[in-house]
Amino acid sequence: MPALIDLILAGQRVDNHFPWPRAVVAPRIWSFALEQLVEGHWGLLGLWGEPGVVHMALIDEGASDIGVVSLACPDGRYPSVGRLHPPALRLERAAADLFGLLPQGAPDTRRWLDHGQWGVNYPLATQPAVSPTAFPYHFLPAEGEGLHQIPVGPVHAGIIEPGHFRFTASGETVVRLEERLGYTHKGIEDLMAGSGIDRATTLAARTSGDSTVAYSLAFARAIEAALRVEIPQRAVWLRALMAEMERLANHLGDIGAICNDASFSLMHAHCGVLRERVLRASDAAFGHRLMRDCIVPGGVAGFLSDEGTTAVRSLLTEIRQRFPKLIDLYDNTASLQDRTVATGRLKAELARQYRAGGYVGRASGRDFDARRGLAYPPYDELAFDVPLLQEGDVNARVWIRIHEVKQSLSLIEQVLGKLPGGPVRVDLAPTDGPHEGMALVEGFRGDILAWLRIGKGGLVERCHLRDPSWFQWPLLEAAIEGNIVADFPLCNKSFNCSYSGHDL
Amino acid sequence: MRKLLFESLIRPVLTERPPLARDSAVEELARALNGSARKRLGRSLAIRAVDAGSCNGCELEMHALNNAFYDVERFGIRFVASPRHADILLVTGPVTKNMREALKRTYDATPNPKWVVALGDCAGNGGCFAGSYAVVGGVSEVLPVDLHIPGCPPPPIEILKGLLALLEDSRTAVSRG
Repeated sequence: MPALIDLILAGQRVDNHFPWPRAVVAPRIWSFALEQLVEGHWGLLGLWGEPGVVHMALIDEGASDIGVVSLACPDGRYPSVGRLHPPALRLERAAADLFGLLPQGAPDTRRWLDHGQWGVNYPLATQPAVSPTAFPYHFLPAEGEGLHQIPVGPVHAGIIEPGHFRFTASGETVVRLEERLGYTHKGIEDLMAGSGIDRATTLAARTSGDSTVAYSLAFARAIEAALRVEIPQRAVWLRALMAEMERLANHLGDIGAICNDASFSLMHAHCGVLRERVLRASDAAFGHRLMRDCIVPGGVAGFLSDEGTTAVRSLLTEIRQRFPKLIDLYDNTASLQDRTVATGRLKAELARQYRAGGYVGRASGRDFDARRGLAYPPYDELAFDVPLLQEGDVNARVWIRIHEVKQSLSLIEQVLGKLPGGPVRVDLAPTDGPHEGMALVEGFRGDILAWLRIGKGGLVERCHLRDPSWFQWPLLEAAIEGNIVADFPLCNKSFNCSYSGHDL
Repeated sequence: MRKLLFESLIRPVLTERPPLARDSAVEELARALNGSARKRLGRSLAIRAVDAGSCNGCELEMHALNNAFYDVERFGIRFVASPRHADILLVTGPVTKNMREALKRTYDATPNPKWVVALGDCAGNGGCFAGSYAVVGGVSEVLPVDLHIPGCPPPPIEILKGLLALLEDSRTAVSRG
């Protein structure tokens, strides 16, 4: 099996790209990388565009190595990765919509983020074109006797983000689900281009509300990698504290909400109380319930007072006292288990192929966690387990979350115990670029990729943020097949993919 | 499960009473709701949430309104599944161009009388997304907005205050008219 570094060395290595290398490669090497993806030797971390260039980030999970290959495509065409490696399909469709980069041989050339409403085509291309009016979207066909379609969304019945689901059902059984996303596309990458680091930081923190800490962390680490900045130790540890608090809040909310979608509201009520406690402790510790804007390039903006520490410690006590009873409740309620066990099964093979992150992957036997795999600080000094299950059903995704709640409680306690003193922030001195940086950070949902280039005047020239949902949404389509329509909310919540993080 | 339910009976209630102090906006507004909501809506205020491209932060805090601490239903406020059952559209996000049509249709499906509340900084004027090719920039660009509740995201207590204030305002408007 070839090493990633050999691939990079075969191309023209780009200076000032940290912490992992990037190389401009020839089409032949691009195709070789694709072969390795198909063989399963490497995994796809992301695929994104720039005017006239397409980039692909790869990971060798065994060697914990990462590399980026870039292919110049002056005529706007490049050999499709999705043609042979389906996880790239939607990323290619997005790059086509934004930059006009056309993947040659791609089996699906429908637009993805572009719904024909922007007034421009290829808004991030050097010369965007004025767009014609809206166009129809053709859903994939499903044929057979007695099939019917159920269109759902973009406005859903609950308090959730917008997206469209097109079910084809035979009686109650789902034969095919096709998602249509892009409704929350805000043009974040375009807004970031040419903006100062402060403004780009604000935007990164608003990419996906439930992962605001994780996004801020990924973005800050990419900036710090690009500018070669060391941040104070106390900030490193406070960031981990925030990241685990965010994970805790989301998992507690999800466990309750999944049970609620099986009409078991008691669990929802109790988990809702614990989630609120986490948010209040976060507010006491860092001054914001979701800890938004608390992580900034150079360190952290929120400092942790003694009262904040006390609030977090009493939170740990409270959850440790109450949560085991809720686990028992989940485990001993047969009517609830009846809904979650064997429902929405995701095959291990698909989880592996798509590099499904977080609880989606770990419930289907995919043993990866960026905190351990890449051991970014301070996780290299913390003890924790990465839970792993094989069943791949809704129940397994609940259990992964339960185990991760326990791990996060332990991590928070360890961080509080080891938290060093000192300053929490250093000033950045942005200089003329190009400086390129990237980061991979484990959010509650899975690994978030941030890649960016600082250009002239220290401004952000290009920034790409890849949500874990890109590699989870397509798997929901597979997991729901053969289940009844009424179990869709349950399956959907157990995945809890981000719309905003995906649509960007 | 029985044990847990029994414990819930003897544990102190988590729901936070609107404080008795007179400077408590929550209590004042709760009283306001009793007066005006009963008049117009028979103590019932049905909310349809519409995410018009938010980052999901506002939705998280909207969810929190339903937890035991805020228990928004005690004020007669509840979230409903269809705009056809709604009195209020609670709209979040800078209104992406991809959501503009769906938002309009949701509004059209809501029976009169109806109010529109723009929740969060984005819904106010597009927030940090204003100026993008992909956003309209604030709910009032698309629908008549009766109230803005600022914040990024506004905490649940602020959302609650805003909703109650809206009712007071609509009562005044009706008596004026």
